[in-house]
Amino acid sequence: MWALRLCRGLRAVPVPPVRALRSAVPPRPAWQHGEPRPGPQQVTAEVLGQLEHLALVDFRDAEGVERLQKAIRFADQLREVNTDGVEPMDSVLEDRCLYLREDDVTEGNCTEELLKNAREKVEEYFVAPPGNIPLPKVEDQETFLQGS
Amino acid sequence: MKAEEAFPEQSLAPWVPVVGLEIHAQISSNSKLFSGSQVQFAAPPNSLVSFFDASLPGTLPVLNRRCVEAAVMTGLALNCSINKKSLFDRKHYFYADLPAGYQITQQRVPIAVNGSLSYSLCIDNKMSQMVTKTVRIKQIQLEQDSGKSLHDDTRSQTLIDLNRAGVGLMEVVMEPDMCCGEEAAAAVRELQLILQTLGSSQAVMAEGQLRVDANVSVHHPGEPYGVRTEVKNINSIRFLAKAVDYEIQRQIEELENGGTILNETRAFDSKLGCTVPMRDKEGKQDYRFMPEPNLPPLILYDAKSLPANMNHQQVVNIDWIHKRLPDLPSVKRAKLVEQYGILPEHSFTLLNEDGLAEFFENVVKQTQMKPKKVIGWIIKDLLSHLKQHSLTVKESPVSSFLLADLLNLLVKKDISSTAAKQVLAELWKGEGKTPLEIVKEKKLGLIQDQKELEQICQAVIDRQENEVMAIKSGNQKVLNKLIGLVQRETQGRSNAVLVRQILEKKLSE
Repeated sequence: MWALRLCRGLRAVPVPPVRALRSAVPPRPAWQHGEPRPGPQQVTAEVLGQLEHLALVDFRDAEGVERLQKAIRFADQLREVNTDGVEPMDSVLEDRCLYLREDDVTEGNCTEELLKNAREKVEEYFVAPPGNIPLPKVEDQETFLQGS
Repeated sequence: MKAEEAFPEQSLAPWVPVVGLEIHAQISSNSKLFSGSQVQFAAPPNSLVSFFDASLPGTLPVLNRRCVEAAVMTGLALNCSINKKSLFDRKHYFYADLPAGYQITQQRVPIAVNGSLSYSLCIDNKMSQMVTKTVRIKQIQLEQDSGKSLHDDTRSQTLIDLNRAGVGLMEVVMEPDMCCGEEAAAAVRELQLILQTLGSSQAVMAEGQLRVDANVSVHHPGEPYGVRTEVKNINSIRFLAKAVDYEIQRQIEELENGGTILNETRAFDSKLGCTVPMRDKEGKQDYRFMPEPNLPPLILYDAKSLPANMNHQQVVNIDWIHKRLPDLPSVKRAKLVEQYGILPEHSFTLLNEDGLAEFFENVVKQTQMKPKKVIGWIIKDLLSHLKQHSLTVKESPVSSFLLADLLNLLVKKDISSTAAKQVLAELWKGEGKTPLEIVKEKKLGLIQDQKELEQICQAVIDRQENEVMAIKSGNQKVLNKLIGLVQRETQGRSNAVLVRQILEKKLSE
């Protein structure tokens, strides 16, 4: 739905009359790979709990978990690509030169500006809660995870 | 000492302690690893913080060349292979002093790998017997430091100062080749000296420029390694040895009582001299490492691979750095031993005190006394005075010139060595007098008048009839008593050798 709205929005942008008015982005996926895909078929409650703990996200309810599952299935398509003998690429910048900066002091001294964003401050220190507040353990969480 | 001999009182199967160290050395540079904020200890909170250090959106890391050079120098000094291509990664975890939620480090391919560090230990606490040991260096990696948290438990809050966030660190990972606190301490001390010699880090533990975490486990010989604990909050080299030894002992006792060791992080409490659990690694901490998308690989060059038309400022040449490495401590010690004929353990003491080796060499240059004799004065007398008054060599009230002057008087036999010690104590007051002036003032000069000496000797001989008889009947040892009496008469101002000659001559008449 949002894709259609985007296309209409694009058409509203003034473009040279010679160009086509239709967006090149298809409104729906043009093709999909077959199922089942390689990789685990289900996300376990244990893994979900770990993810929530590590990434500090909250999947909230069954719909959220389902969306996660769909996202993982979508990404699993990558496993179908044959990468034998191909060097892994870890950055599109890999053929660029890493710029080296001279060791000069050019920044800093903006305490006031930085603290402007802080909700709480104490004498030019940022204020944070004590240590890490541990998430409730898996047993204490809502039962929806166990139910799914 | 051998691991099995470390705890001989165990009548059960011997335990083999295994100690590995993770050392973070703060790079000595003007600005931070990825930003242009200043690096300085003790500045007003959050005054040395740029937008990137505060992790404000839209900021990007820019690598500091000096930090790369520092890591290469350190890698070369530790006999590592320098990776000409190394990569940066993100290590994710949440903590208030890590504003980005991740630390930029080098997990996959660090800048240097597979090195070694040689250090020396005294056997049986005797300085005269030293043994050389080696610990393997697994890798050296560049990474960011985090900010500082000040815990305010009364108000249930933590105050965050980001001045330290983003400062460049070299993490030196050592293989678990050590077996006790003494070895760990010696290895760290040598690393500290190397870093200070290179200038890549000032490595002052008290200022947090050198942080050591120890991984400790025990097992029986022939069995697989035991569960290890990580010990943190070690603030000095002395405490490192204590913490490691305590933890080894604790683990042995726990296991011998049928308990188990948890894979946990423990903090060293210096007041109590023990380790306490800090936080247990709930399940496993998963850092979700991923390549740092904003930084291309770091490419280093050597003389062969140097591209022709590249901007000098953008090139880090390993061979160029190698040529300019200063003499490492082990080389300096060997040179001192060879040049001055001093003992190896003396060379260790000289390098252990900042500036002492230089002081020694300056004294040798300005005096006729042989270096082998000078070293005794430096290590025994000067150093003990410095320690008594908690002074560094640079703060010494006695300059190398003054000491050389004093030693010259001794060499010329104008004073005895006891008198020389007295003069040194006077010089220490720093009242601006020369050694000669003090000698004259306190009448410490050796009696040079032969006749006067002979008179005193004769007087002693006349008084001590019993002793004279004993000597004449063959008991030569009693002569020492007579010499002692002469010394007392002259208030230490007689040359013992000369006195002996005079007495012997008189007694044989």
